Amino acid sequence: MESIVSFCFAILAAPLLSAIIMKVKAYIAGRKGPPILIKYYTLAKLFKKGSVYSTSSSFVFKLGPVVSFCSVVMVLLFFPFAGIKPLLSFHGDVIILLYLMGLGRFFTIIAALDTASPFEGMGAAREAYFSTLAEATLFVILLLFYRLNGSFSFAAFFTGTTAINLWSPAASLLLLVIVALFVVLLTENSRVPVDDPATHLELTMIHEVMILDHSGPDLALIELGAYLKLFFYSAFITCLLYPFQLDNVYLNGLIFYGIMGMIYVLVGITESIMARYKMNLVPKFILTSFALVFFATILTMEFVK
Amino acid sequence: MDNLLKIDNGETVKRSDIPQLSFDVFRRELLDFAVNGGQIVHYFAYEDDGVLKVMAVLRNDDGLYVTGSDVAETYHALTADCEKFHMFEREIAEQYGVRPYDHPWLKHVRYHANYRNREDVFGNDYSQDIPGNYDYFPVEGEAIHEVAVGPVHAGIIEPGHFRFQCIGEEVLHLEIQLGYQHRGVEKMMLEVPRKRMPVIVEGIAGDTAIGHSLCYAQAIESLGSVAVDEGARIVRSIALELERIANHTGDLGALSGDVAFNPPAAYFGRLRGEFLNLLMVLSGNRFGKGLVRPGGVAYSMGQEQRQLLIDKIKETKPEVEHVCDLLFTAHTVQARFDLTGTVDRETAEKLGLVGYSGRASGLAYDARVSFPTECYAGLPANMNNKTDGDVASRATVRREEIEHSFLLIETLLAKNVETESVLAGECKLAPSSFVVTINEGWRGEISHCLLTGAGGEILRYKVKDPSFHNWTGLAMSLRNQGISDFPLCNKSFNLSYCGFDL
Repeated sequence: MESIVSFCFAILAAPLLSAIIMKVKAYIAGRKGPPILIKYYTLAKLFKKGSVYSTSSSFVFKLGPVVSFCSVVMVLLFFPFAGIKPLLSFHGDVIILLYLMGLGRFFTIIAALDTASPFEGMGAAREAYFSTLAEATLFVILLLFYRLNGSFSFAAFFTGTTAINLWSPAASLLLLVIVALFVVLLTENSRVPVDDPATHLELTMIHEVMILDHSGPDLALIELGAYLKLFFYSAFITCLLYPFQLDNVYLNGLIFYGIMGMIYVLVGITESIMARYKMNLVPKFILTSFALVFFATILTMEFVK
Repeated sequence: MDNLLKIDNGETVKRSDIPQLSFDVFRRELLDFAVNGGQIVHYFAYEDDGVLKVMAVLRNDDGLYVTGSDVAETYHALTADCEKFHMFEREIAEQYGVRPYDHPWLKHVRYHANYRNREDVFGNDYSQDIPGNYDYFPVEGEAIHEVAVGPVHAGIIEPGHFRFQCIGEEVLHLEIQLGYQHRGVEKMMLEVPRKRMPVIVEGIAGDTAIGHSLCYAQAIESLGSVAVDEGARIVRSIALELERIANHTGDLGALSGDVAFNPPAAYFGRLRGEFLNLLMVLSGNRFGKGLVRPGGVAYSMGQEQRQLLIDKIKETKPEVEHVCDLLFTAHTVQARFDLTGTVDRETAEKLGLVGYSGRASGLAYDARVSFPTECYAGLPANMNNKTDGDVASRATVRREEIEHSFLLIETLLAKNVETESVLAGECKLAPSSFVVTINEGWRGEISHCLLTGAGGEILRYKVKDPSFHNWTGLAMSLRNQGISDFPLCNKSFNLSYCGFDL
């Protein structure tokens, strides 16, 4: 029961958290910013609309948003929110989890290619390239966690006596992991300095350009999927920051969403204090995260056992 | 130099005094001039008593020159020997159906039928709305992909078509096709009553209303021998500088927004509004429309307005400085601006870039210094220190010009001279005459050319916005750049679509 409630709550809260970034950015730029419920309004507006399909696109185009949305939702099924046992968990689920995200990305990309628009092809190429690099980081993190924890299930990483978090003996290594994960978060969720979610310039976009042709409920699913994806990565970092082993479920939840909020604020601040990287510098930025976790993994071979 | 007549900016000369050379001599003279560091201000065709003629206004460090010739239906393109004429010759071919042979890239400029109902040089069918039957310069190969952007864009900007030939993320070639906003300004100027002319001129490029109306007003004043009082000159100069500051701050904000650095984008956006509001204080219009009229200004500047301006400038000057510091000291911004979209000095010289685009590449030309009008003869000039030709230089030049404009406005406001408001009155224009007026608008050299007939009627009205030179500069700046840097390069030039399209 708790698992179902925490899962539903996460899905409902994701849009609110995403609005925090907009608020922070607006505040730093000296503006009031949109209402905090903006993302819900946007979703409601989009779901009420009809979808427009180009005559030159095929069923692949319609499949894209649905599959990518479902894949993110499925990923969240494996996630132990605030230390609560997830709905699904088994040995080796982390691999499924990463490939579910890969599946979602794959369908977003082929839906973009299906439109035959030169912009969307460009965006798809960038997305495929950059997320491949980010995936490498994630796999090294799994490797590291396996060495630390001995389990190969997402829930098991963060529960039990060998739970991985900043309060465990491997904390110093986890600092590197957290930084790397933050980089992956920025990359995978098309945030500054990798991508600019607010731009209207189609030539510079990565993620946004792939969804230019989607409209109405399709776009709503993509948007909601994007909020959930950001939620997943933030929650991942949150789990590393705090153990959530209190007996009081509500207190756990409160701390969980408190830390989540702070990560979103941090994303907002990051976006406000720096410009985007040049496109050819982005791979280096992502590979830095790889280097960090790879280094951390090497350290486990000798010193931490 | 017997073949060229030296003139002053805004000086009325008898058309009979302008040398009429045979075309061969004319061609040689122009090429000589252009190859030896001279630049082309105007090169256009006109019809006089059924005879087609061409006229060229040239400039070099020593001054301004004019010369003319008859022209045949086809002639050997000057562009074949010197790049500086390429756009002018395409324009002549489009407007008068004259075919320059050996032109390396003869293509329509604005997509309209020629003025003489002659056979079209480009083989276009103008009953079709959109210029479709034109082949863009192709790059061939397995790995080449073509990206077409516009004419309808994702932002609220003007229409223009950009065709990129790319290999991966790298742009090999960019071709820009404009003309979507062609309204026929030059032809309209011959048909409308004098009263409407200032209004049309202000609409040539909405963000350069002061610059273009100054050129028009000075031309009419010169041909009609109308005197302008000192006060009006001060107001006009202040308005031109305010227009410059407003646009430069707006552009710096947009540059900042294009690299996703939000705070300065928001602050500059607000500041731009402040300067537009100052133009409203002067003229009742945020873009300064309705202010400059032949004979002076339509609204006098009273003590109240003067004080408002002084106070606001004092208040905003440090604000602009702080936001500039924020933008220019951010390392991630420097990483984006530096070495992006470089136009080297040689290319800039060959293309005849003007304004901040030219100055950023090391061409010092500033019409306020070379051919001063209004109050500029008595005012200090600006020095541009960063001349690498990249986005960073174009941004820095803007920053320096904003500071310089503040200084000019403060100096001018300190001169406490009263003005009279003038309503556009009718004046008779000198017959069979010629005048060219040049002003340094915020984008660069704006120039209008006016030819009158035997009865003092306007025979030809030629307009040139700085964008006419600089669009090619943008295309060149994209060579071997990442395609994702295009919006940034584009904004660093921020050229006018409608000013080009006329």
